[in-house]
Amino acid sequence: MYTQSMDIPDGAAKKPTAVPDAMSEQEAAFEARIAADGRIEPQDWMPAAYRKTLVRQISQHAHSEIVGMLPEGNWISRAPSLKRKAILIAKVQDEGGHGLYLYSAAETLGTGRDEMLEGLHSGKAKYSSIFNYPTLNWADVGVIGWLVDGAAIMNQVPLCRCSYGPYARAMIRVCKEESFHQRQGYEALLVMMKGTEEQKAMVQDAVNRYWWKCLAMFGPPDADSPHSAQGMRWGIKRISNDDLRQKFIDATVPQAKVLGVTLPDPDLKWNEARGHYDYGQIDWDEFWNTVAGNGPCNKERLATRVKAHNDGQWVRDAALAYAHKQQERAIKEAA
Amino acid sequence: MTTKPALKDWPLWEVFVRSKQGLEHKHCGSLHAADAGQALHMARDVYTRRQEGVSIWVLPSSAITASNPDEKGEFFDPAADKIYRHPTFYEIPEEVGHM
Repeated sequence: MYTQSMDIPDGAAKKPTAVPDAMSEQEAAFEARIAADGRIEPQDWMPAAYRKTLVRQISQHAHSEIVGMLPEGNWISRAPSLKRKAILIAKVQDEGGHGLYLYSAAETLGTGRDEMLEGLHSGKAKYSSIFNYPTLNWADVGVIGWLVDGAAIMNQVPLCRCSYGPYARAMIRVCKEESFHQRQGYEALLVMMKGTEEQKAMVQDAVNRYWWKCLAMFGPPDADSPHSAQGMRWGIKRISNDDLRQKFIDATVPQAKVLGVTLPDPDLKWNEARGHYDYGQIDWDEFWNTVAGNGPCNKERLATRVKAHNDGQWVRDAALAYAHKQQERAIKEAA
Repeated sequence: MTTKPALKDWPLWEVFVRSKQGLEHKHCGSLHAADAGQALHMARDVYTRRQEGVSIWVLPSSAITASNPDEKGEFFDPAADKIYRHPTFYEIPEEVGHM
């Protein structure tokens, strides 16, 4: 799952400074490698701003995966059948796994896991705003798979070619698993659309609530996206927010038709000249308001996450105490 | 909101997975765990949820010694001028065929 996050500064982050006046030899080598579409590995020299951007982006991405477990986790105990429950558990576990791949990639940049978690738990670090909306009915779970994970795939596939090796490799693993997420969601909706009028209405309701939020997931329009140009230049970002959004819309409209739902946008129509669908105006005020912490579930999500972490503290302590005891015993036996 | 320090004392482990019998173990990522046994279990859950592996190695990240990328030139230089180590260095008459 992913996120507009690459464009959202944490706290009072500054814009990365553009072109330095005099390039050092190391800097020149870095720039040359980036220009040749080469890869940067953890031990390689890199500009501080590149490192900082990556730590921010990868950790926000990881946080999004972890917080993304919550809206769906909500439905595990209420899934309509054992089959759907097993699928949902597997999916939520995958999201946790994605978070771990990403934390592991971010750590190669020299920032500790504890530091990143502290950023999330203190509210300093951002995560994808899409998870600050509630999952009100079972169809929401299907729609999250179809649209939220669908948008995530659009975002994540180009990241498999990111200039930072560990991030790109983590994304390859994530993308392999993401397709299951989208398909299970779409299929769950197909089943509901073959059901009663009430079930069909639930699907349409979920689509209506999530459609615009999903379009906002791609981040602000290119013109208002301060980090995008530098991210593109560094090969961290490969396709612009608006281009990805358009790709997502073009791919999703026919899927909605097969499913038998309408998308809640009166301006959505095929533009023959552009070869793309035109679409209406996204409510960016609402988006920024949610990013700022005032969405319907921001407080609840963060509180749930912090509680889960704190409630697990004794398990981590016990595991460590056990490891120490085993170590001491081994030393004694050897003596 | 206060949180307790997380994972601070759980060391970092590198994970290597053999995808199938007959292939080598390949590095696939890292994780935090209290000890080697726990690291193995967690590696199974994090990196082999879809039967991606038949065997896992974990080792403390601190146990790895890596070559320095800044010295890549000098370090790997001795191999650069020994083109006679490659089969294409040798010209063999065509009538000999594949060799």
